[in-house]
Amino acid sequence: MKNPYLPYPVRIEKTVIETEDRNIKSFKLVFLNDDDCKTFDYTPGQFAQLSVTGKGEIPIGIASSPTEGDHLLFTVNKMGVVTTALHNLIEGSIMGVRGPLGNSYPFDKMKGKDVTIIGGGYAFTTLRATIVYMLDKKNRADFGKITLIYGARTPGMLLYKDTLAEWSKRDDINYNVTVDRDAPGWTGRVGFVPAVTEQVAPSSKNAIAVICGPPVMIKYTLPVMIKLGFTPEQTITSLENRMKCGIGICGRCNVGPEYVCKDGPVFSMAQLKEMPQEY
Amino acid sequence: MEYMRLNKKNMAVFIEELGRTCEVWGPVKEGEQVKYAPVSNATDMALDGFKNSTMSPKEIFFPQSEKMLSFRREGEDANIYRDEQAQPTKKAIFGIRPCDARAFRILDMIFKNDQFTDNYWFSKRDATTLVGLGCSEPCSTCFCTSVNSHPFDEKGLDVLVSDLGEHYLFKALTKKGRELVAGISVMREPSDANIEAHMVLRKKAEDVMTVQFGTDKVKDKTVLELFNEDCWTGISEPCLNCSTCSYVCPTCHCFDIQDEVSKEGGERVRNWESCMTWIFTVHATGHNPRPTKKERVRQRFMHKFKYIPMKRNGEIGCVGCGRCVALCPVNIDIREVVKQMNS
Amino acid sequence: MPIRTEKIRKVAKKLLNDHRVDVVIGYKKGTIPLKNIPYFAKNAEEADKLVWDGNCRGNLASYLSRFNDKRVAIIAQGCVSRNVVGLIQEKQVNSENIYIIGMPCTGMLDSRKVIAAVPGEITEVTENDLYVIAKGRGFEVTMNRGDVLSRNCDRCTVRNPVLFDELAAEKVNEQKDPVRYEKIKAVEAMSPEERAAFVDELLSPCIRCYACRDACPLCYCPECFVDKSSPQWCGKSQDSSDVLSYHLIRAFHTAGRCTECGACEDACPMGIKVRLISGKVEKEIRENFDGYEAWKDLKTQPPLTVFKRDDPQPFVKE
Repeated sequence: MKNPYLPYPVRIEKTVIETEDRNIKSFKLVFLNDDDCKTFDYTPGQFAQLSVTGKGEIPIGIASSPTEGDHLLFTVNKMGVVTTALHNLIEGSIMGVRGPLGNSYPFDKMKGKDVTIIGGGYAFTTLRATIVYMLDKKNRADFGKITLIYGARTPGMLLYKDTLAEWSKRDDINYNVTVDRDAPGWTGRVGFVPAVTEQVAPSSKNAIAVICGPPVMIKYTLPVMIKLGFTPEQTITSLENRMKCGIGICGRCNVGPEYVCKDGPVFSMAQLKEMPQEY
Repeated sequence: MEYMRLNKKNMAVFIEELGRTCEVWGPVKEGEQVKYAPVSNATDMALDGFKNSTMSPKEIFFPQSEKMLSFRREGEDANIYRDEQAQPTKKAIFGIRPCDARAFRILDMIFKNDQFTDNYWFSKRDATTLVGLGCSEPCSTCFCTSVNSHPFDEKGLDVLVSDLGEHYLFKALTKKGRELVAGISVMREPSDANIEAHMVLRKKAEDVMTVQFGTDKVKDKTVLELFNEDCWTGISEPCLNCSTCSYVCPTCHCFDIQDEVSKEGGERVRNWESCMTWIFTVHATGHNPRPTKKERVRQRFMHKFKYIPMKRNGEIGCVGCGRCVALCPVNIDIREVVKQMNS
Repeated sequence: MPIRTEKIRKVAKKLLNDHRVDVVIGYKKGTIPLKNIPYFAKNAEEADKLVWDGNCRGNLASYLSRFNDKRVAIIAQGCVSRNVVGLIQEKQVNSENIYIIGMPCTGMLDSRKVIAAVPGEITEVTENDLYVIAKGRGFEVTMNRGDVLSRNCDRCTVRNPVLFDELAAEKVNEQKDPVRYEKIKAVEAMSPEERAAFVDELLSPCIRCYACRDACPLCYCPECFVDKSSPQWCGKSQDSSDVLSYHLIRAFHTAGRCTECGACEDACPMGIKVRLISGKVEKEIRENFDGYEAWKDLKTQPPLTVFKRDDPQPFVKE
């Protein structure tokens, strides 16, 4: 019987420091065993538990799309014991990955619709996966208009700058990247995500919106979405909570009757309305 | 033969014969505690006046501290986690109470879901035969009949034993149970009087256990209705937020997973943890979704009486063993809490 | 005992009706024999549920800091009043908002001793100054109160509250020079190996529920050392060295501050005599610091929290 607590061994192929404060790093991981790679069948929105031996595990959203190949991409903020140890690992190091865990964004509902992606700060990771997935040749025709609204505090704090630059040149995505504070050399938008959302005003007709960001951003963006006509069923988000097993057994991450690690982390606002606010 | 009879004078033979194919466990006294442990003869067992073990027997299949994985620092497989499950020993446990057996069934539902199976729990469970002892004299802190069970409930047991004074009456319930009974040479067919005595005993115990509260309104109210009720402030006021209730409880199952290191490498272990503590839900940022004891106390009762029934076909997450009632340092009585939830 | 209950209710009702305080912290009758529940009476109707008897174990002072924005009255016997003094001295509570209803104490019952003295399950317990009567199915046992007191109450020398705004009963005579530390002295006489084995066995039933810590009014740290993960001072598994670390470190954190109220031992679900460890530390404090006993007045500070030039230092050799 497969042990759901046993991580797959992976090697760190590449590390990239994403932000100017050097606190956010991306890790490109490759599986040591081909079989593990084949079993790791994931969809954007899902997460995995990253293990550093001797330190522990942390749940991190998968930032890569399965359309990009056999590797996995994770973007990690340095916050505590495990993330600090992870940041100290060099390319070539062995670590563990357990997953894919959780549910994914509701692509079956998103097909045939216009999709608005709204992200803030370092919560953008699974949204990167989602956009890469939708823009992929095989999938693009399944979706209507794709609108991106992504904001960070400063230009230096934006993630995936190379990927963003590529997207800005495409004509099959409405690209709106903004920063809270202007900086020398920045030629893009300046403004908070909720305000930019109101300006861009994506249509709510036959549309789905996926919003991920810090609580304060979500708090001020939701009223804008309501104003634009998005219903709670049309508004999707991803929750975070302290986790350990990641497989819906240890009881830690529950929000009411739902486990964030198993019934989530993706929930619609309609679902969240019925749940206690314990996250 | 549905029923078989064992003369108590033959307990030593029973244990000896049973011990030929597996490790025999029973309730033993250890200082102030009563717990289930391996026994080699009948006198090891503390069956005189036995009510129930101090801690629930969940620790047999779900130890408080359990090694799950290990890793080495050097060598070819450096920093690769390895599965460390030992082959569990075959056991037969005598004297399990029906409430605790029912709790095992609830935990079976928790440790396996539609995607994942926790083999650390199941490998030990599958290797164990449960010989339950019906409660002829329930304690005043027991309330199994209020949570859809009763003192001679058969769910979760392989054999149910009734104490008829001079004899034990055995009722095999499963294939494992039938095999166990068949393997004992000193079992005899019971008389009609034995069966009659057992029925009387059973009825007497059930009559004593009057239903103390209902759960129908809890079922009907929505999650948010229950969550936002006023009663939680008063209920949580005396709570110390220790972990006593969760640790002695047969259905509480929350755990922490941690890495422990040694010179050569280390292990990944799991330890029990309780939702009563602040540290249970605190994020790395310092944000805590359950910042005060009111939220934490509410979580425990909502989990047992609302969330588990919602997700597990109406099965209530409490079996009425009464341990938390007897052992809570400040006498927070779960029966009183549910009465308030059900008002 | 019923007289004390009557007086408590009268005092509490007056304080609440006169709006002197917002809440009275005391006990109400428990749902099972030999147990009372800490109770927070906020009006006269609730005040009528307050009781005072030999089951008022635990230490109500641990609840005080939760009411820092309110005016509270607390029913306090000797040890509890000392903890109130301690919390005031350590600036955890505002003394202006606290009204102490002093309760001279004749000792609390050790529920395990009462249970051990009867042949079956207890259904009712009554008590007076001299006797405790335990009834059950088919039995009624009368025992001397003195035989079933908690160990700490047995040898208590501060039964009258040291600080109070009014007294709810007549002062009682203090016990003079009770025999103390017999068990601890026996352990001191053991060899190191025997001592290690003794402590190992003492703590082997420990399930790390932390009821002892959570019942203790001294343990008010927002983040306890045992919960810290960076660095992790104490392992979380059941390894005996981790269990021992927890108890030893806690005993040192409470050294010189412990009022020997027994709340820790009362709270322990496994019946561990944790006061053998804290008692040893308090014995050392007494021996090294002129018989110091924690918080008998508002001025004197515990010896381990202050530095004096003439502090004893027998460990310094010539």
